[in-house]
Amino acid sequence: MSILNYLWIIPALPLLGSAINGLFGKKWPNKIVNTVAVGSTGLSFLAALEAVREFTRLAPENIPWVQQYFTWIIAGNFRAGFDLQIDHLTVVMLLVVTGVGWLIHIYSTGYMAHEGGYYRFFSYLNLFMFFMLILVLAANYVLLFVGWEGVGLSSYLLIGFYFLRKSAADAGKKAFIVNRIGDFGFMLGMFLLFKAFGTLDFVPLFAKAAPLPADALGHLGMFTVACLLLFMGACGKSAQLPLYVWLPDAMEGPTPVSALIHAATMVTAGVYVVARSHILFTHAPTAMFVVAVVGCATAFFAATIGLVQTDIKRVLAYSTVSQLGYMFLACGVGAFSAGIFHLMTHAFFKALLFLAAGSVIHAMGGEQDMQRMGGLGKKIRWTYLTMLTATLAIAGFPPFAGFFSKDTILFNAFKYKTFESDTAGLILYAVGLLTALLTSFYMFRLIFLTFKGKPRYDEKKVHVHESPWSMLGPLVMLALLSTIGGWLVLPAYFGGEDYFFRFLAPVFNAPEATAEPGGRSLEWILAGVAVLAATTGLAIAFSLYLRRPGKSDQLARSMRGLYNTLLNKYYVDEIYAALIVKPLLWISHNVLWQTVDVRAIDGTVNGLADGALGIGDGVRHTQSGNTRSYAVWVVIGALVIIAIIFWPSFRPTTIGVVR
Amino acid sequence: MVPTHYYLILSAILFGLGVVAFVFKRNIITIFMSIELMLNAVNLAFVAFSQALNKLDGQVFVLFVIVVAAAEAAVGLGIIIMTVRNRQTLNVESVNLLKL
Repeated sequence: MSILNYLWIIPALPLLGSAINGLFGKKWPNKIVNTVAVGSTGLSFLAALEAVREFTRLAPENIPWVQQYFTWIIAGNFRAGFDLQIDHLTVVMLLVVTGVGWLIHIYSTGYMAHEGGYYRFFSYLNLFMFFMLILVLAANYVLLFVGWEGVGLSSYLLIGFYFLRKSAADAGKKAFIVNRIGDFGFMLGMFLLFKAFGTLDFVPLFAKAAPLPADALGHLGMFTVACLLLFMGACGKSAQLPLYVWLPDAMEGPTPVSALIHAATMVTAGVYVVARSHILFTHAPTAMFVVAVVGCATAFFAATIGLVQTDIKRVLAYSTVSQLGYMFLACGVGAFSAGIFHLMTHAFFKALLFLAAGSVIHAMGGEQDMQRMGGLGKKIRWTYLTMLTATLAIAGFPPFAGFFSKDTILFNAFKYKTFESDTAGLILYAVGLLTALLTSFYMFRLIFLTFKGKPRYDEKKVHVHESPWSMLGPLVMLALLSTIGGWLVLPAYFGGEDYFFRFLAPVFNAPEATAEPGGRSLEWILAGVAVLAATTGLAIAFSLYLRRPGKSDQLARSMRGLYNTLLNKYYVDEIYAALIVKPLLWISHNVLWQTVDVRAIDGTVNGLADGALGIGDGVRHTQSGNTRSYAVWVVIGALVIIAIIFWPSFRPTTIGVVR
Repeated sequence: MVPTHYYLILSAILFGLGVVAFVFKRNIITIFMSIELMLNAVNLAFVAFSQALNKLDGQVFVLFVIVVAAAEAAVGLGIIIMTVRNRQTLNVESVNLLKL
């Protein structure tokens, strides 16, 4: 009895919890609902831990461990099964998803305690866990896509959780529709892979792909096209340029949802897919370059928007987009394990940031605008301390987790070579470093505006109170993880082995540029530069928002154009509305609706009906109601029948010869 | 012996008269009688064929037709009486409730 033979239990538990709460939870008190939800996720976490324990004892030839449960689709030589697999990459994702997911479930029991639709919330949240686990455990692209779409569905349901508020319902729709664009690419990518390899199962597909020659740089070969299409899907799900617009709006959902789905797990699915398909990507250097550039551009672009936002959750949303950009940058420069490492540490500190922000909002009685906060540090000490930990982590101060992962990414970008030169790598590194500075700045701006300075809210009206321990407990746990999560690679800085990269090495089977001899001093220098950048960001934020509070407004006034552009997020939503949404609406209204639907389709159907009516109206006059006219018709009919019967043999001479 | 086709021609003439009367008369009793005339014209043809073919089938049919005609007369006259009571007329064109 080994749980590795029953891998399906891990996703099935949250599904069961979701079904129980969704079907029966409406009348139940909160205590039972959250027992079911937290219990099912907790059991799933324990099952995952046990699976990982057994996994570490597997012989290397049994990895990846694939279990086929049943055949789902079979058509010709195409087979897609409900097959789950577990390898080193899955292990990392599995622990992050179930662990962070479980903590956020616990937090939600406190955060959502006074909200309506309690059972509905937990039912959706458990459903999300189910699909996310399917996504990371899937052993083929088709099943992965099931999880991929399923988390999209859960995300839609949870963004629109307060569906009576129009902005929330709209944000849900936006997320769903923007993701469709990416999914379109993802599906095309799957079709292309099936056409090329005849299978979508990871193990045989990658085995077939590995020995093939790589596409030349700058050529659109099969690998390049397939990878770009997959990356298009990843762009949608992981909110990269140009499809990132849904993520900031997704903050309409409850804060635990933002933490779990739109920061820690779902949005990293794109990174996971790219890492999972790394064999394909390494065969397509052009696609890799695109991934790196898009990731880097997104990181910088989103960070600049984050500088001026005043809604605490929106700052974090843009920060998420920016950090996801880092992960893609890592994948693009070939440092897949660095990307996954940042994914993991990011899951810790970004979930923590969101949960702490939720705690702040909770304390302020629903206020999200940082301009109406300030000086909260003393009143909600635990929230402040945990959030400060996460901020230090994301800004990249050692020894917090973010420092190690971000530093590894920047280091790999620095060493990246393409087009036979270092220039591209240097540019990527420079932009990444600048982004690190911006990250540090906007995060400390958030901290200073929220927790430091003088209160800018009405102290008589707002009763600031610390959150219950059901919320603080997960915060402390995550703060701990955000602190020590990066230490897995710590020995590498002192000439030892880094555990994380060695652990993932069987998957990515390429030694990455972290432990090469002679590079040690370079690594120390780059780390020093990164810390310097983070400190600079901190210092600027300190001088603008703490030492001279009026200075930031003055600066905003002096650079009004730039400030407004950033505040309005580069007008991207407006540009999309003008370029895509408006023409689409116009075509839908004027062509599809008024012409095709009303004129062509309705016209045909109504025309047929009108024709039938006209014919009926004409013919009804034969039915005069005059009995004798019916008799005439009978006689005529009889004569016609007689004529038909006798016509061929009718001869005048035969009349008398009946005898 | 009278040749068979004489009977048949007589039968056809009687049937034709019945049809013409059925179509052109307005009096409902007359129409009813023209139906009887048609039935009996057919009876005549049956008997003639029976005689000519030297078989009894035709005569058996005639008996059936007479029975049916009697039943029909019973029902038909009942309908006519009800119609007359309701409308105080024998004109068939006044029976037009189903007309558009």
